[in-house]
Amino acid sequence: MLLIRCPYCGERPEIEFRNMGEAHILRPGTDASDDEIADFLYRRSNTKGLIAERWRHVHGCSRFFNAVRHTVTDKFVSIYKTGEPKPDLTALAASLNGVARS
Amino acid sequence: MHFSYLSLIRQAFAANAGWPRQWRDPEPKPAYDVVIIGGGGHGLATAYYLAAEHGIRNVAVIERGWIGGGNSGRNTTIVRSNYLWEESEALYDHALDIWQDLSQVLNYNVMYSARGVLMLAHTVHDVQSSKRHIHANRLFGIDNEWLTPEECKAFCPPLNIAKTIRYPVLGGALQRKGGVARHDAVVWGYARAASGLGVDIIQNCEVTGIRRDASGAIEAVETTRGRIGAKKVGIVAAGHSSVVAAMADVRLPLESYPLQALVSEPLKPIVPCVIMSNTIHAYISQSDKGDLVIGAGTDQYVSYSQTGGLYINNATLEAICELMPTLRRVRMMRGWGGIVDTTPDRSPILSKTPVPGLFINCGWGTGGFKATPGSGHAFAHTIARDEPHPANAAFTLERFRSGRLIDEAAAAAVAH
Repeated sequence: MLLIRCPYCGERPEIEFRNMGEAHILRPGTDASDDEIADFLYRRSNTKGLIAERWRHVHGCSRFFNAVRHTVTDKFVSIYKTGEPKPDLTALAASLNGVARS
Repeated sequence: MHFSYLSLIRQAFAANAGWPRQWRDPEPKPAYDVVIIGGGGHGLATAYYLAAEHGIRNVAVIERGWIGGGNSGRNTTIVRSNYLWEESEALYDHALDIWQDLSQVLNYNVMYSARGVLMLAHTVHDVQSSKRHIHANRLFGIDNEWLTPEECKAFCPPLNIAKTIRYPVLGGALQRKGGVARHDAVVWGYARAASGLGVDIIQNCEVTGIRRDASGAIEAVETTRGRIGAKKVGIVAAGHSSVVAAMADVRLPLESYPLQALVSEPLKPIVPCVIMSNTIHAYISQSDKGDLVIGAGTDQYVSYSQTGGLYINNATLEAICELMPTLRRVRMMRGWGGIVDTTPDRSPILSKTPVPGLFINCGWGTGGFKATPGSGHAFAHTIARDEPHPANAAFTLERFRSGRLIDEAAAAAVAH
């Protein structure tokens, strides 16, 4: 079970949370093509590595927040509030590799 | 060597010293007509049917680890075809038909045992949806029948049908042709048969890139054992499908989750069939070795960790202990996780892709083992003829753009 740090309540066990899927997926406009709608509804990065995802503290404050997690180790790299910009995952991955090497 | 009673007797008198290797271990050739990425059951079955039914024998199966070491070796070996929609019924029943004489066709005992799959209903809603499934299946010619709680108990004696438990058994849907098969034997049987027909099985060889020519068509795959030319490439990489497809710039409607299973210590025969329960999320059968094989659920987040939360196994075991109280003191021996690739509509994708020469077989989610023969058969047809087999015609990648989904989410045996 993961230990997750809610930015509003602090660290809590995973069973208090609900994973809400990949973060930063924006609804396309009304003139969107079928492909853009398919991207929005169905296609996902499903990255093996760092992923930005939404969590909701359903059995706590009930609020949404975002997190960057590594999908092989399941370790959280960064947790930030909804509305804050998406971290640069490539740069973040590079900096993590640097830490691992040093 | 052809396996037979005679060969068994001969080897018995020769101190079993003459059994040959079951499949060759070749060096990769510079180029193949078809390269299959992924040496699990589905990939090896695809290669076998390409060689056996379509005369395409210049085929390589490339596997990063060892064959059958991924989800083919990690599943709970259940075989059934009682799906809700006609598209799924056609695909899974196509597989069930092939299961019937697969051991004879491959000359390899895959230990398919039609011991019956009993799916329990615990609420009024369960009863209604189970009966809907039964009617849909029978209209399609698939066997499925309703059992009362007493009939369930007669079919599977360790079941607790007391009305006082939290989720009492209100009945069950029984598919008698369903059952189990030996997962490793399926992998090895297809590998041996395919290798015998000239298919190269290349293990410990990871694909690191997919090369395309100036027109965008498939040209070669880059691997840890060098570049291998390919006219056509089939991706059958299960949980890693998104990772492999991304090498050809194809973005898939998949998310990969850990799914867990566990086995108990070996027991004398006690569970005579496969028991599944959607509502309380448990499924259990007993292997020929005697251990109880138990399937748990998926974790809620995308992960490639091949492990999962212990609380998920606990929930399943609690459910099983209430359903079969006699098992309460059985000890669990091992638990493990596999990475399953799930689609939004919980139906697989067996399809061409926008890239000429690139085909994909993925999205089997939590239930791909049962479809292994049908999946390989239909996918080989799709690759060989550049058009789908009738059994997989609806399972396109295009359906996520057109919106013509095959929504088996409500029809999955257990709620994941």
